[in-house]
Amino acid sequence: MQPTTDSPANRSLPVIENVTRRAVVKGAFATLGAAAFVAAASPIRNAAKSTTADEFLQQHYQELSVADKRAVIARLEAETKQKYGADVEIGDDRPIPGTKFVYAINLSVCNGNGKCVEACHKENNHDRSTHQSYIRVIEMPKGTLDMEQGSTTYTGTVPKDDKFYLPVQCQQCDEPPCVDVCPVQATWKEADGIVVVDYNWCIGCRYCEAACPYHARRFNWKQPEIPAEEINPNQSYLSNRIRPAGVVEKCTYCLHRTRRGQLPACLEACPTGARVFGNILDESSNIRWILENKRVYILKEELGTKPAFFYYFD
Amino acid sequence: MRKSSSYFLHGLAVAVCVTALGAGWQWMDDVESSSPTSDTTFLTSAESAVGGLNVPSQAAPPAMRFEVLVRRPEGPPKIELITNDPLGRTTSVACSTCHSIRQPNRDNRSPEMLDEFHQGMQFDHGRLACYACHNPEDSDSLHGADGTVIAFSDVMILCSQCHSSQAIAFEHGAHGGMNGFWDLTRGPQTKNNCIDCHDPHAPRYPKMIVGFKPRDRFLERDKPHATHN
Repeated sequence: MQPTTDSPANRSLPVIENVTRRAVVKGAFATLGAAAFVAAASPIRNAAKSTTADEFLQQHYQELSVADKRAVIARLEAETKQKYGADVEIGDDRPIPGTKFVYAINLSVCNGNGKCVEACHKENNHDRSTHQSYIRVIEMPKGTLDMEQGSTTYTGTVPKDDKFYLPVQCQQCDEPPCVDVCPVQATWKEADGIVVVDYNWCIGCRYCEAACPYHARRFNWKQPEIPAEEINPNQSYLSNRIRPAGVVEKCTYCLHRTRRGQLPACLEACPTGARVFGNILDESSNIRWILENKRVYILKEELGTKPAFFYYFD
Repeated sequence: MRKSSSYFLHGLAVAVCVTALGAGWQWMDDVESSSPTSDTTFLTSAESAVGGLNVPSQAAPPAMRFEVLVRRPEGPPKIELITNDPLGRTTSVACSTCHSIRQPNRDNRSPEMLDEFHQGMQFDHGRLACYACHNPEDSDSLHGADGTVIAFSDVMILCSQCHSSQAIAFEHGAHGGMNGFWDLTRGPQTKNNCIDCHDPHAPRYPKMIVGFKPRDRFLERDKPHATHN
């Protein structure tokens, strides 16, 4: 009956009664744990922001049905329109039966001017700010084919008298070490010899980049930034469509061109005519004549990678 | 003494050219026959008209092959005149405008030996004399080592007399560059001719300036690191 006889606890501010040390420690750790979980999960939340459910649930390229592929490509085209403001056409170019692509470069003629590097940069929708390209031209001291002795940072007037120039890109090996090391089989070798990457299946572990003895693979450190008017709209799913950040990419011998019968962009850009491309299974092809009549070398032959890329001298 | 030695060298050069002819001739025959007749790489004009660019590749039968077009100079060069004609138009004249009224000097082999005209020309093509290639009888044409008249548009025949190994490599796509299609069942191909890349008077391929370079972040150690986003 007497309200004033309440216990002191009842009169105080409404704090939790009988707060034990155990409860405080529990609560503190629960809060810390929740915070830690939120922090740990932030990459997933960020990924979810840039990844649609469709993209997340997309199957491996080789398991997609024709209808699946059509839906995936339509989604990618719409995303390019939304993010870059460019109308692009993404094809699904498959190998031409009876074709095995081979490249050759005449090192007597190459003068290291780097037009191929630039052509690759533009053709394959590389990030503009990083000058990304699938080709490196190495300035080499005369007397060796050991590419590790060369330098890529040369500038000025070329060719220099005591140097020769060695353009290096993916060698489309018949025994590709990059394919062997991929933990999720996001990269594989196709029937015409081209080693491709499913950019939507790649987890970005970069094992392949480390495994490649030709330093031919590239990693997308950031989402490529390209002005809409500079985007090459002729694209292919396994080739030059704009790649997401955090995946590995590589030269595909411009399969969006070569599987439609055209020559690769780097070849067309070469002002010296050093580059030759063709089907090694065609006995009358240029490439067969070179392999049969010229002094032909391959890079790092001792590794047994069996490149589909040859260097020759006049 | 000096004159006789130069004659000897000229004779030697001609002899080298003639021995090279054996190899070069086969290719020249191919080139001559390439435009009207068909062989493995070249088409008749009728066939190439049928296999126009708009024919879908899938519809083309396997035997259908597109043309390999080798670019050619349009014809004899024209000399731009410094002065305009009475109506104020720029004018150009044919080589024969001047050369038909001048006696050819077959000994000339460099611009320094000339007393007027062509004096600023760069010449660095071995020990060739002007009239080793230019036709002294008709300055609007060239001539081969055996005296055959060669039109300016057929200049590759002339070059191939001495440069037969390049001509053979060119025929097989290993010299000279190309554009278009590797697969001739799907589209045509265009190839350069010799003088698209080589100045015939100074044929060494010119030096170039390196333009575009990839930025390799591991090689930019001297520069301050970019801030991470």
